[in-house]
Amino acid sequence: MANAARVLEPEVNRDLFNQWFDERMAQKEAEHVPSMIIIATKGTLDMAYPPFILASTAAALGWDVSVFFTFYGLSLLRKDLDLEISPLGNPAMPMKMPVGPEWLKSINMNIPNIIMANVPGFEKMASGMMKKTMRDKGVATIEELRSMCLEADVKLVACQMTVDLFSMDQSEFIPEIQDWIGAASFLPTAQKADVSLFI
Amino acid sequence: MNTEATATLDARGLNCPLPILRTKKALNGLESGDTLHLISSDPGSVKDIDAFCTQTGNELLENNSENGEFTFIIRKG
Repeated sequence: MANAARVLEPEVNRDLFNQWFDERMAQKEAEHVPSMIIIATKGTLDMAYPPFILASTAAALGWDVSVFFTFYGLSLLRKDLDLEISPLGNPAMPMKMPVGPEWLKSINMNIPNIIMANVPGFEKMASGMMKKTMRDKGVATIEELRSMCLEADVKLVACQMTVDLFSMDQSEFIPEIQDWIGAASFLPTAQKADVSLFI
Repeated sequence: MNTEATATLDARGLNCPLPILRTKKALNGLESGDTLHLISSDPGSVKDIDAFCTQTGNELLENNSENGEFTFIIRKG
């Protein structure tokens, strides 16, 4: 406080003030706990990973994290996760065999859209292959990442409007959901966050 | 070197972000000044563990790679 009083004195004390100010700013910065918010809007297996990976990792770094699940993203909070991928209309998704000899596994199969769209159970099969590949490569399951988020105090909040819109019931979702809210309740949290992501 | 560490964590076969999450968990159970010996097979963990230590105020004492395995000694801050 002694330094603060001297601020009002003329230029002579400017250096002293600058020094005090820099120290105070550095102290503030060191005390600051980084925060992140994520808006999760997708409900496929592949798009379930980014929000949970980023949220759990940020929590491990000591950040405050909140994730708002809305529209199809709400599926990520179901008690029974049954997530699938959809290779149709997603030309970037690699289509590789998870089993067999190495030469076969390395081939990226170019499956025509007409087959992907018309063969019954194609997505189930592709999802099964993707899950096997992930397991073999030591990638965490969504269930695992989600429970790690909960363990690390990541706040999971859900969109009330989505439940009403799709005639779902809150009982279909995990009880750890912190709150059922709308955009107006989540945006003030987002406003104060250092990192905001829409996934 | 292994015997000097307070605890050992084998994260081989795990992929991003599991080595980080397990490391964080293992460090939670240690006292300040204790050391953790971490073994990982995820090449991404080399940069990630470094960044993790910088951000969380823990100290990365050692960092070696051999035959596709990466070992780290982390001192809890």
